Amino acid sequence: MSLLIIDTEACIGCGACIEECPFGALTMVDDKAVVDEKCTACGACLEVCPAECLSLPEQKEAEEDLSQYQGVWVWVEQFKGEACSISWEMMGQGRKIADALGTTLTACVLGHQAEHIAQEAIQYGADRVFLVDDPTMQVYRTAPYAAQLTDLVRQHKPEIFLLGASARGRDLAGAVATEIRTGLTADCTGLDIDPETNLLRQTRPAFGGNIMATIICPNYRPQMSTVRHRVFEMPEPDPTREGQVVKVPAGMGEDQIAAKVADFIMEEGQVNLADAKIIVSGGRGVRGPEGFAPIQELAEVLGGAVGASRAAVDAGWIPYAHQVGQTGRTVRPDLYIACGISGAIQHLAGMGTAKVIVAINKDPEAPIFKVANYGVVGDLFQVVPALTEELRKRLRK
Amino acid sequence: MHAIVCIKQVPDTTDVKVNPETGTLIREGVPSIVNPFDTYAIEEALRLKEKFGGKVTVISMGPPQAQEALKEAVAMGADEAILLSDRAFAGSDTWATAYTLAQAIRKIGDFDVILCGKQAIDGDTGQVGPGVACQLYVEQLTYIFKIEEIDFEARRIKVERLLEEGREIVETTLPAVLTVVKDINQPRYPSFMGIRRAARMEIPVWTAEDLPDAKPDSLGLDGSPTRVVRVFNPPPRGGEVVLMESESPQEAAAELADLLLKEKII
Repeated sequence: MSLLIIDTEACIGCGACIEECPFGALTMVDDKAVVDEKCTACGACLEVCPAECLSLPEQKEAEEDLSQYQGVWVWVEQFKGEACSISWEMMGQGRKIADALGTTLTACVLGHQAEHIAQEAIQYGADRVFLVDDPTMQVYRTAPYAAQLTDLVRQHKPEIFLLGASARGRDLAGAVATEIRTGLTADCTGLDIDPETNLLRQTRPAFGGNIMATIICPNYRPQMSTVRHRVFEMPEPDPTREGQVVKVPAGMGEDQIAAKVADFIMEEGQVNLADAKIIVSGGRGVRGPEGFAPIQELAEVLGGAVGASRAAVDAGWIPYAHQVGQTGRTVRPDLYIACGISGAIQHLAGMGTAKVIVAINKDPEAPIFKVANYGVVGDLFQVVPALTEELRKRLRK
Repeated sequence: MHAIVCIKQVPDTTDVKVNPETGTLIREGVPSIVNPFDTYAIEEALRLKEKFGGKVTVISMGPPQAQEALKEAVAMGADEAILLSDRAFAGSDTWATAYTLAQAIRKIGDFDVILCGKQAIDGDTGQVGPGVACQLYVEQLTYIFKIEEIDFEARRIKVERLLEEGREIVETTLPAVLTVVKDINQPRYPSFMGIRRAARMEIPVWTAEDLPDAKPDSLGLDGSPTRVVRVFNPPPRGGEVVLMESESPQEAAAELADLLLKEKII
């Protein structure tokens, strides 16, 4: 089923492509490269071939005139009437991309009594805001939000549309991109403009963060991406900036919307890991539910959130909402303190991009020390309370 | 009740090792498994069947060996399985994958719920579930942590979704696509009888020809708006770990606290 085309006549059997393949799909048979079913047509091997004997089928050209698509858009997510910080991070990067392309930045604000968010969006860099202010928009629901954004995109034809990769953002982006029939790249950790083609280069981790891929959307518009929390710097709002607020009527009446949000149970304690600047996490080494008490105390002193490894969650010591890693949440704090966490590859997939990692572990051979910036080899039950105490003194808390 | 579960066969990343010298993945001999999130979707479908009666159908798109993943679902208790496998599907991105799955689901016919894992652990996009819902024009409920109520007569469902700030309770109409998170249940092991049944089962393979309504230019690489242009290893985290020198926990903690403040990390 592989799409990779190998010119076996030209193949010199050097094996460079085998080294390069992220999926182990290439092997050498009788001194010639052979591809198997594991090939995903990712293209990683194409450029390393010195004999230029690898290729993929050409993709067909765009059917419509793409130059009619102009401008960069950002969806501004709100929760309980306040904008989410991830959206301002997107606005900051959206502004840079718009400037690089010499175009405008538009914010889409959907909410109820959300005029103040529209004004904030201008301060954060929007030239124009589409404001849909309606009771049906108060709480996020897929159908009315997706229909509204789809209509706006069809009408105004943006070139690029960015959304935060929050649960709601990923839910919404998937629906909008499918309906519009355009490309969507999820969970990006890098976005920039190719100066030659003006295409958006979207870089994202895959395979549990073990490989990175750069993805483009050459023939469909808008080019859509969701971006993880805290990938881009939070911009400074400028209260003197001016922009235009365009009010747009809601497209669906309440009677047309099947979904009703009955309740929202706020997570107790400090679990909003996505937004947290500091996370203190416990793993197998905490040895039981009560072992999270010193972790919690350290997190409190630092004003951070409490995370956990899969081992601690699977043992039932702490709820799943705290799990960091491949099957839990992906976090990107400024400081991640791993206590009693060995650092399995699945855990690293969830926190490996933290700015600073501190490891506290009894085992000096634990893989966590390979990625940590600072480490203490010792018993977390002695080190963590001592650290809490020392920080309390220094931070005067 | 008819539940359709969409599953994906993925490389078992728990078996992935990193070459300590080059920092690259050691990919040889990595076994294929059912995407872990999908096992929760299979389990949830089986629980619905046990409670309400009916049928569970699993489908997967992938190379011929993906039938192993489907057989595992059958061994757990799924009634029917269909593999979508064709060179015409190769190179599909999430848009084309959702399109192809939706075409197959249309052909399968009536359903009450479609279950998927919240994302696959190789691609990690979480886009195919919403894509399938959108292609089929049915309701979409993502990141489900608990099905609170489901009423196949009244065609209603009430679920708890796990979001960043907490849990949202939302109610909507059936049919719906549900994507589930890990905590929703504990997947069962295949039963002895299930394994025997799976071993004997011939899994039907559908190709593009079996999906007569599918537009050829919406399948595979041609149907995929996105294109991967570069794949590379993530840049390693620079530098060696700085270990606190003091032997005593108290002193090491003080040393660390000083460093964190000095380096303006906190």
